Amino acid sequence: MQPKPNRIRRFNASAYHLMLLPAVVLVLIYSYGPIAGIVIAFQDFVPSHGWYGSEWIGLDNFKYVFNMPDTMQVLSNTLLLSVMKMIVGILFPLTLAILLSEIKNAAFKRTIQTVVYMPYFLSWVILSGILIDILSPTDGIVNHALKLFGIEPIYFLGDGLWFRIVLVASHIWKELGFDTIVYLAAILNIDKSLNEAASLDGAGHWKQMWHITLPGMRPIIVLLSVLSLGNILNAGFDQVFNLYSPQVYDSADILDTYVYRLGMEQMQYGVATAVGLFKSVVSFIFITVSYFLAYRLANYRIF
Amino acid sequence: MIERRTPSRRLFVYSNYIVLTLFAATCLFPILHMAAMSVSSNSAVTAGWVTIWPVGFNLDSYNYIVKNQAFLSSIVVSFERLLLGVSLSLTLTILAAYPLSKPNLKFRSRSVYSWFFVVTMIFNGGLIPGFMVVKETGLMDSIWALILPTAVNVYNIVLMLNFFRTQPAELEESAQIDGAGIWRTLWSIYLPISKPSLATIALFTIIFHWNAWFDGLIFMNSPSNYPLQTYLRTVIVSHDLTNMSANDITLLQNISSRTVLAAQLFVSMLPVLCIYPFLQKYFVKGLVLGSVKG
Repeated sequence: MQPKPNRIRRFNASAYHLMLLPAVVLVLIYSYGPIAGIVIAFQDFVPSHGWYGSEWIGLDNFKYVFNMPDTMQVLSNTLLLSVMKMIVGILFPLTLAILLSEIKNAAFKRTIQTVVYMPYFLSWVILSGILIDILSPTDGIVNHALKLFGIEPIYFLGDGLWFRIVLVASHIWKELGFDTIVYLAAILNIDKSLNEAASLDGAGHWKQMWHITLPGMRPIIVLLSVLSLGNILNAGFDQVFNLYSPQVYDSADILDTYVYRLGMEQMQYGVATAVGLFKSVVSFIFITVSYFLAYRLANYRIF
Repeated sequence: MIERRTPSRRLFVYSNYIVLTLFAATCLFPILHMAAMSVSSNSAVTAGWVTIWPVGFNLDSYNYIVKNQAFLSSIVVSFERLLLGVSLSLTLTILAAYPLSKPNLKFRSRSVYSWFFVVTMIFNGGLIPGFMVVKETGLMDSIWALILPTAVNVYNIVLMLNFFRTQPAELEESAQIDGAGIWRTLWSIYLPISKPSLATIALFTIIFHWNAWFDGLIFMNSPSNYPLQTYLRTVIVSHDLTNMSANDITLLQNISSRTVLAAQLFVSMLPVLCIYPFLQKYFVKGLVLGSVKG
């Protein structure tokens, strides 16, 4: 019998439970509460009747929404946009990291990095405020510059194709810095003696880049690509919502903005929740698969 | 390592410098342009003469916005949420991360709690149910609607608990042999050594709260309760100066909705521009801490 250690352990545990209590309560209300609230998706939800009083209508909301022509358009917009962002989101930071790693001047390197990271920390409200101004067809500096070359003004935010290009380009502008840092760190972690050995064997810089740097970065490239799969249905609500207008709904309306308009503007709570649930379930599957792949391929674990 | 300076290598090095400089300049240009517009005269801005250098330098747009009640009150709301939000988030993060950093042997319910938190990282109820919960808990139009729903950040908890885990177990054992309880150990031993990690999380949380705009838009019925970014959004969307009074007319040759918006955007950027350079070096560290450590 060892009563003393036992008592200490019980005391320990209760203090731990107490420490976790505030976070648990908040998560229970504000994360699990909405998960429970998903029942709205299966109801003809009327706010005044509440969750208990509203009529249950089974899958009618889903049938309704997936029969609307808009929904398929929105879904394909979302996929197209997120896949395009995913691809440039790997290529650009990777290229930039490799170019930066070739710079020997530390001060120059740091300056470039500091500048390139800046937009990452600014909100999409601010960035879209800037974009709307500089891309304006009448007053914007971009169209002023185009006019110097005799090019007709382009309505960047009002034309479907241009709007998509602006979305992808401004996505690079904002997000580039973050992944560049990760890739740069991976390059710095590559064993320098490999380069020295290759150099002695007569390999030039290009050969070293192809046979040492890129293979050395493969794990991190695989990891970031796999993890980005979880965002397959996140085409960037903040960005699209702050830049789009009814003119470009055809090509720029994505799931999140669709849910917002259905729910917050048209008050079709049940339908909007159904679309949201669809998104959450698909995202859940992709995130789970991506974590599993990341664990198998790159030995990545969040805990 | 001996650097071989072949002509083609030299060409690469120079063009690399040029490409990177041009690229960085492109990233910076829109922001400098905005800053230049905010201190230029309206006529120069309208004529398209302003690039990244002020033309017809004046501070009238700034004089105008410091008297703009809606702008000022939204800044107050933003600072309020910053203060409350950051202190609450940090407290919750430490209190949750510390027990979760303990091995299963010491804290048997650890994995139950871990799963409880991790589930929220991979599944959520979506916009409408989230909105309903905030409404049902009576937070509409209250500053707490901007703080409580996002107060627990699971990523930060993971970051913090991984940091706690890297600390040697002897640290805690010696404190407990000296008679310190759990709370005392956390407060006097772990808190002081985790200052750098806490500072990082604090800076990220500050930026999060400063930049947040959507919660203000849906949870605040009255525009006077809007935080700064939500207010800015209404200015960008409406793009008008209807509240300019008659005796402001003389000002109109120097200011317009564009220069005033530019000034407001620039002021809103300033805090972030002051903070983010300090975050750079923690960036990688934080990512590595939060991810690779098993």
